[in-house]
Amino acid sequence: MTTTDQTIMNPEVVALGDPNLSFSFGERRTLMNFIQTVILWLLAAVAAVPLISVLYMLISRGGVRLSLALFTELPPAPFEQGGGIGNAIVGTLVMVAIASLISIPIGVLGGIYTGLINPRSRFSSLVRFVGKVLTGFPSILAGVFVYAWLVIMMKTYSAVAGGLSLAILMLPTILLTSEQAFRMVPQRMKDAAYGMGCNATQVATKIVLPTALPGVMTGVMLAVAGASGESAPLLFTALFSNYWIGSFTEPTASLSILIYNFSAMPYENQIELAWTASLVLVLIVLVFNILSRSFGTRRV
Amino acid sequence: MADTPKSVAPRDGSVSRPPTAFEYGYDKSFRALTFAAGFVTIALLVYIFWKIGGQAAPAMQKYGLDFLTTVKWNANTNEYGILAEIWGTLYSSFLALLFGGVLGVAVAIFLTQGFLNARLAWIFRLIVEMLAAIPSVVFGLWGIYVLIPAIRPLAHWLHETLGFIPFFSTNLAGPGMFPAMIVLSIMILPTVAAISQDAFKAIPMKIQEAAYGMGTTKWEAIRKVIIPTASGGIFASLVLGFGRALGETMALAMLIGNSQQVTLSLFAPATTLASLLASTFPEAGANQIGPLMYAAIVLLVITMAVNIIGTIIMNYTARQTVT
Repeated sequence: MTTTDQTIMNPEVVALGDPNLSFSFGERRTLMNFIQTVILWLLAAVAAVPLISVLYMLISRGGVRLSLALFTELPPAPFEQGGGIGNAIVGTLVMVAIASLISIPIGVLGGIYTGLINPRSRFSSLVRFVGKVLTGFPSILAGVFVYAWLVIMMKTYSAVAGGLSLAILMLPTILLTSEQAFRMVPQRMKDAAYGMGCNATQVATKIVLPTALPGVMTGVMLAVAGASGESAPLLFTALFSNYWIGSFTEPTASLSILIYNFSAMPYENQIELAWTASLVLVLIVLVFNILSRSFGTRRV
Repeated sequence: MADTPKSVAPRDGSVSRPPTAFEYGYDKSFRALTFAAGFVTIALLVYIFWKIGGQAAPAMQKYGLDFLTTVKWNANTNEYGILAEIWGTLYSSFLALLFGGVLGVAVAIFLTQGFLNARLAWIFRLIVEMLAAIPSVVFGLWGIYVLIPAIRPLAHWLHETLGFIPFFSTNLAGPGMFPAMIVLSIMILPTVAAISQDAFKAIPMKIQEAAYGMGTTKWEAIRKVIIPTASGGIFASLVLGFGRALGETMALAMLIGNSQQVTLSLFAPATTLASLLASTFPEAGANQIGPLMYAAIVLLVITMAVNIIGTIIMNYTARQTVT
């Protein structure tokens, strides 16, 4: 007779405080528990492998080309040795800056409306819903949209078009995180401000915005990090250029497109540069990610 | 008369004054501005549909529904069909969901159910979040030079020994569905893990304590109590992960091989809507723009439908756990 059966037949055993705490793999449920723990550890290890492999490759293959020339020289032509990715780094930063200029004001102001001015209205929940849906918006379609709109209108690929397509991808992140940050500001502070006779604008700009600034910045940095790594929308909005950026209305180089172009080339020099560009790009993305963390508020 | 206390209030004795016309107008216009910003967000989505739809309209009229059910892309004869792309998009995303979803939910359980101490859990969470920060194009590069050479022997062996199963019916020549699927799973893993972690964290401690109090093992508590309780959130995470996979572009354009065919084989090259756009658009002639826009609107409709469903489920389950 097994122990469990005895317990059922002898209620006193339980009452006397003599529970069976033995742990043996002979019992099916203990075994299953053990197997599940092992499987979970294995799956977690599998999930960590790609990142470690990517980081190792970036450092070992991309690290060798890190030098000053990388930042000051233009990409090499086929069969050429040496060269750098200076114009692509500048191009990426310029386009992300354009995107930030467009998306930060709209995102933060929209967040003020849905988080503070009128949080419970039907309109606000619609904005919130659209924001959430847009976070899953395929990045390449942002490129197609800007192509259909701006590139056809301006008749040229440009940094402005590239920046605009990135702005579309940044907007929902900024909107949702800043809304969340505004809602985290204690209601008492808002009430106190209203009680002093402040109007909504004063509450928003003098109380809520300064208090929620770390949260807002977290969202902004997160969006910037995401946008710097984007490549699909730049394929046919900014295209690519082998020269330094001259104006905002001409084709512009970016790190991600350089990686994409060079990865398919049969020349060792270009492939090496693609790895180095990846290292630089990942570093840029990580810097913004760390910045977003350093502001201290949990992201949504 | 006693001294009147010094006051910050105006001399006339009143503490308050009505807002000036300027303050009133300023407040009004600021509110209008924030409303406009919210409105821009909605208008953007509508305008995207309208603009891409407008560009696609001539092609939609010209090619009709046959466009969705034929496999060809010939710029010389002007014959276009995107069945292979639709198939590739859905098939690759489904496979990625199978692998990335299992991994993501496992990671979420691993991180929330006390398998690690706090410090290790923090490090592991950082690893998963860093995975989300690696740009797609870098994963593409990694896939070409690390992943494909690494899995070639395995693919070869599977083809040799299990070639009679349709999944392994061709050999892995280079780029193909299998490497693309692996990279895609890695890319949706952080999404699935993050959203299901939230679902697990939303379960009240009482429920888990009650389960353990009944004498369950960890496995039984997770399988019979915790997963069913969080199932809404897990489902939402899977739907949203699927939505991500559908729209993912660069890694797929670099790894899937861009070959137009409908096949079950994991080792054959295939194509997706997003990678068709990425690889064809930059060099497209005027006659190809219309069909490409048609393909874009198909992708837009599919991904937005999936995302809207995912968001609705997530909103619904979030509301449920609060009450």
